[in-house]
Amino acid sequence: MLRPGFACSALPWRAAGYLLVSGVTGALLCAGLLVAVVVFGALAVVLVGLPLLAALGLVGVAYAPWERGLLRLLDGARVANPHQVPARPGLPAWLRLRYREQATWRELGFTVLAAFLLWPVDLIVVGGALVVPAYLLGALPLLLADGEQVNVLKVWVVHSPAVAGALGVAGLAAAALCAYPLTAVAAGRAALARLLLSPTGQEVRIGELVSSRARLVDAFEAERRRIERDLHDGAQQRLVALSMALGLARLDAPAGSALATQLAAAQREAGAALAELRELINGIHPQVLTDRGLPDACADAADRSPVPVEVRLDLPGRFAPAVESAGYFAVCEALANIARHSGAESARIEGRYADGLLTIDVWDDGGGGADPAGGTGLTGLADRVSVVDGALTLNSPPGGPTLLRVEIPCTPLSPTPPRPNRCA
Amino acid sequence: MHPAEPDPTKTEPLRIVLAEDSVLLREGLIGLLARFGHQVVAAVGDAEALHAAVAAHAPDIVITDVRMPPGQTDEGLRAAVALREERPGLPVLVLSQYVQRSYAADMLDSGDGSGVGYLLKDRIGQVDDFVAAVDAVAAGGTVVDPEVVRQLLRRRRDPLERLTPREREVLALMAEGRSNAAICRALVVSEAAVGKHVGNILMKLDLPPAAETHRRVMAVLEFLRT
Repeated sequence: MLRPGFACSALPWRAAGYLLVSGVTGALLCAGLLVAVVVFGALAVVLVGLPLLAALGLVGVAYAPWERGLLRLLDGARVANPHQVPARPGLPAWLRLRYREQATWRELGFTVLAAFLLWPVDLIVVGGALVVPAYLLGALPLLLADGEQVNVLKVWVVHSPAVAGALGVAGLAAAALCAYPLTAVAAGRAALARLLLSPTGQEVRIGELVSSRARLVDAFEAERRRIERDLHDGAQQRLVALSMALGLARLDAPAGSALATQLAAAQREAGAALAELRELINGIHPQVLTDRGLPDACADAADRSPVPVEVRLDLPGRFAPAVESAGYFAVCEALANIARHSGAESARIEGRYADGLLTIDVWDDGGGGADPAGGTGLTGLADRVSVVDGALTLNSPPGGPTLLRVEIPCTPLSPTPPRPNRCA
Repeated sequence: MHPAEPDPTKTEPLRIVLAEDSVLLREGLIGLLARFGHQVVAAVGDAEALHAAVAAHAPDIVITDVRMPPGQTDEGLRAAVALREERPGLPVLVLSQYVQRSYAADMLDSGDGSGVGYLLKDRIGQVDDFVAAVDAVAAGGTVVDPEVVRQLLRRRRDPLERLTPREREVLALMAEGRSNAAICRALVVSEAAVGKHVGNILMKLDLPPAAETHRRVMAVLEFLRT
């Protein structure tokens, strides 16, 4: 501010614009808030107003983005949003989070300040800094237009063009001088806004943690696919080629010879290795999940289950790979538990998507009594679901039945209809 | 895998288009098929080239991998289904590394379900059986990998609930592409008994008499779909 040329730079004009806009919106905000408080207060008598008054607590959340945008008008720097993204979609989750966040109350505080204290200051400062030099500069043209006299600043009657000209020069100087307090006030107001509206250190850290966790989940998913692809393109193809070579060699070996027997044994081993490798690859990341998504992948998982499983998944399309993967492995783990521990006669997988929430239920008619703390893989499953912000609930009274529910907040990737699901 | 049907007149050499992106397997398969007197007229590495090769050579049978470039997903399978839509009756044998019912069902749903096969790559090693399956598909038969069939049998499905265990065995063997004669050898029963089982299966699955081969395919389809 003290460097030469400051008064001629764009900064004073930006400061003036900032104060002018914030002053005007502050005045409007003031009027709006007063009306809202009065109306809602009156309605509170008939109870309707009480939730409306409570909702006023969020007025800062609504107003703060505007102020953060205004700060960019002053110096162009973006101010981060201090709020967290709710773990689940839907209004209730959003409200719960917002009322719990410290940032919400800081924003409310700033909004009250802006509405009842700051805007008159803004307007007085910007008005004074612009109006006084403008009057002084305008003295000479006004005098020439009037021909007789001009009333400078309503207090000083000037008749002489020479004096009016001198006032014009003084006006230039005043404009340059006023730029300093104007900018200082704007900077002070901006500092206050920044203090209350930008994320605190802790909030910045939470934001970083959330995004780094999402990156980790994606990286983990990508790595699974890479391993699956490498095994598929490498070891699996080689084993098939080996088995084919052994098969051809068997054609050449004399029937019933020791060589033919050994070749047959070697080929059996290669076949067993292929079968094991196939299971392994399927456990890492099944191709059908990539190709077709959850319904077909769950149907295939159900095919492999020794307990008969009915599959009913009615989903609007595909989801992010991490979401599909979490859902699929939850279903697999549930089916494995059912086969190992439940003694169930039958099981059912039901999936649906509504209001931003993917829900998969795995139900069985077994003996119940599943205990998440019992080390049956349920804890790992819960962890796995929680990395995509999902939740796992288990209802397994002794004597059964058992219902395992996976809920993952997400949005479908594309609105394209899923392939016809013949597996339901 | 079923043994080769005893075939008095050795089948004509087949003209084959092969789609397989692994060079190792592609070369191996060309040699294997040549050894049995068949000719691979084109061997390609991706789905687009497969379409072009089929258009250029009008082969007797297409043998294709499921997973192929450029997407490394089920391009080969989709190409096979598309080819059968373009050219009804074109025999296609899909080789897969996955025991996946939905892939097999896609194949059988294409066209009228005849002249299709879905085999695990593991079967290639059983060279006799593999070549017999190629012949069977080229002749309009239906072949589903026993591993897929085995997995399906473990599930309880409503339309199949009415079948007796023996009838299910027969249906599973039908799904593998076996003839009545081959089924009676496998189960060590008389051919008349197999015929009776097949008749019962078709009746219980509500498949009224029509052209015999298509009813068999329909029964297998029912088996895969439900």
